[in-house]
Amino acid sequence: MVKLSDKEKDALKQINSKLTNLIIVLVLFLGGVRLMLYPPTFLENSSQQIVKEEIDPELIEQGIHVASGLIAAEGYELVNQNCGNCHSYKLVTQNRNTKEGWLETIRWMQETQKLWDLGENEDPLLNYLSTNYGPEETGRRKQLVVTEWYQLN
Amino acid sequence: MDKKDTDKIMTNDFPRREFIKNASLATLGTLLGGKIVFAESFPKGLIPEALLLEESPFTISGKNNGLIVLNDRPINAETPPHLLDPNVTPNDIMFVRNNGIPPKEVNVNKWTLTIEGESAEQTKTYTIADLKSKFKEYTYQLTLECGGNGRSEFTPPAKGNQWTTGAVACPNWTGVKLKDVLKDVGIKSNAVYIGYYGKDTHLSEDPTKVVISRGVPIEKAMEDEALIAWSMNGEEIPYMNGAPLRLVIGGWPASTSGKWLSKIVIRDKVHDGPKMGGKSYRIPKNGIAPGTKVPDEDYEIIESMPVKSLITFPKTGAIVKANQEFEVRGHAWAGDLEVKAVDVSIDFGSSWISCSVTKPVNRLAWQHFSTKITLPESGYYEIWARATDIQGKSQPMVLPGWNPKGYLNNACHRIAIKRL
Repeated sequence: MVKLSDKEKDALKQINSKLTNLIIVLVLFLGGVRLMLYPPTFLENSSQQIVKEEIDPELIEQGIHVASGLIAAEGYELVNQNCGNCHSYKLVTQNRNTKEGWLETIRWMQETQKLWDLGENEDPLLNYLSTNYGPEETGRRKQLVVTEWYQLN
Repeated sequence: MDKKDTDKIMTNDFPRREFIKNASLATLGTLLGGKIVFAESFPKGLIPEALLLEESPFTISGKNNGLIVLNDRPINAETPPHLLDPNVTPNDIMFVRNNGIPPKEVNVNKWTLTIEGESAEQTKTYTIADLKSKFKEYTYQLTLECGGNGRSEFTPPAKGNQWTTGAVACPNWTGVKLKDVLKDVGIKSNAVYIGYYGKDTHLSEDPTKVVISRGVPIEKAMEDEALIAWSMNGEEIPYMNGAPLRLVIGGWPASTSGKWLSKIVIRDKVHDGPKMGGKSYRIPKNGIAPGTKVPDEDYEIIESMPVKSLITFPKTGAIVKANQEFEVRGHAWAGDLEVKAVDVSIDFGSSWISCSVTKPVNRLAWQHFSTKITLPESGYYEIWARATDIQGKSQPMVLPGWNPKGYLNNACHRIAIKRL
């Protein structure tokens, strides 16, 4: 057997430990990748699923601010700044109301839901909402909308 | 994180985003099956930012992908009519209505229910095991419908989640009778109402704010079918539907059936928790013209839900051949009452075809109607369904009385059909 000097032994130990570190990091990294690709089932049980790709916070497509789903008209940034903190933008986009009606909602949120004073932003915000999410007169019954006709067997 | 904590998370649903956000590298190490030795040098990009994005499409734990998500914070989702076709609503089909954020941790073994209040003889706390061992277990099929189901049709529009027809379900619920537990605690003779508290948290993340605390008059609470339930269709209640413990008060707005139930108060007055007053789950006492403003004191609390029906087969948009006979079927329910009859029309309400209607399997369970139809000539049709309760009240063809929050829309359900 080859006799090693203490210096050589130290060098070998260092290489050995560096290799081990490298392997551990590699294994952990691959484990991490696996965790992302094949999440454990208890994570699947979670309340919310994951998006595959990051949404560009600035992206606007076909007049819609993609990250929030808001109509990208004058003043939508005010909604981004003031409305997305507590609830989903879906709560905005699925509703329709007059300026007065939206103001009522804002007052209710200020009284009971801890919404802050909107100051000079209140009026432009209300204008944005009532212009882009104003009421539609649908009468006493809406027409049926069929998204997909299919053959009944 | 020690092993015990890991177990707790692994045996319970846990919102993924929260989990990822809160997870330290050591936690991730535990998940990977080993301690992370070089936590400091661990690649920073391991958890992509996309995991943490706020406004992102997602599916809801334990729920069918066919559910329509109205709102993802708080999570609210409704069921399209054709998915409600089974007589007993499956767990993954039931709608989700949240006012706040569901509890982050649900530990079944440590969960407790406390009964107290001015009209309770004492304060008493039960574990779920206590409830199971002390009281007799019952299973009932009970209809839960959100008071705002159908809100989307009202004009002037009413604010809130814009439910169409899908905030209704009728699964089997297993638990103990609310009245058995209330009696075990002792009810004073001056009891008027009960109120519930749950473990969900306020959207503003203020821990001192109660999300919702509603209830029912003591008489309704003492009915045979009012349950404290831990099981739905023989399985655990889905996390989003209130696991591990909830109230089930059939026939009344589903907001009276508190989820993630942790406390019941026996009150000597009408319960005054959040969403009992103002315009919440209340309608003007007297009829008003659409758009009228009404002072809060002129409102009353919604009690029994009105008569209603839903065509679950065929799915809207069906094309049938000449002379093709097909079944039209669905469910009908009437709050505290039974449904006496269901009729369908293929000519916009000019004439009506009487359907066969089953008896409810128990009180407050929905009933099933069906009939066979052949359309007389080619063209566009709508099939309308109209249920009538045992007191003779039928569903209106157009929207019922407008109310500011858009509750109680029981206008007849319609589907579109074409005959070749």
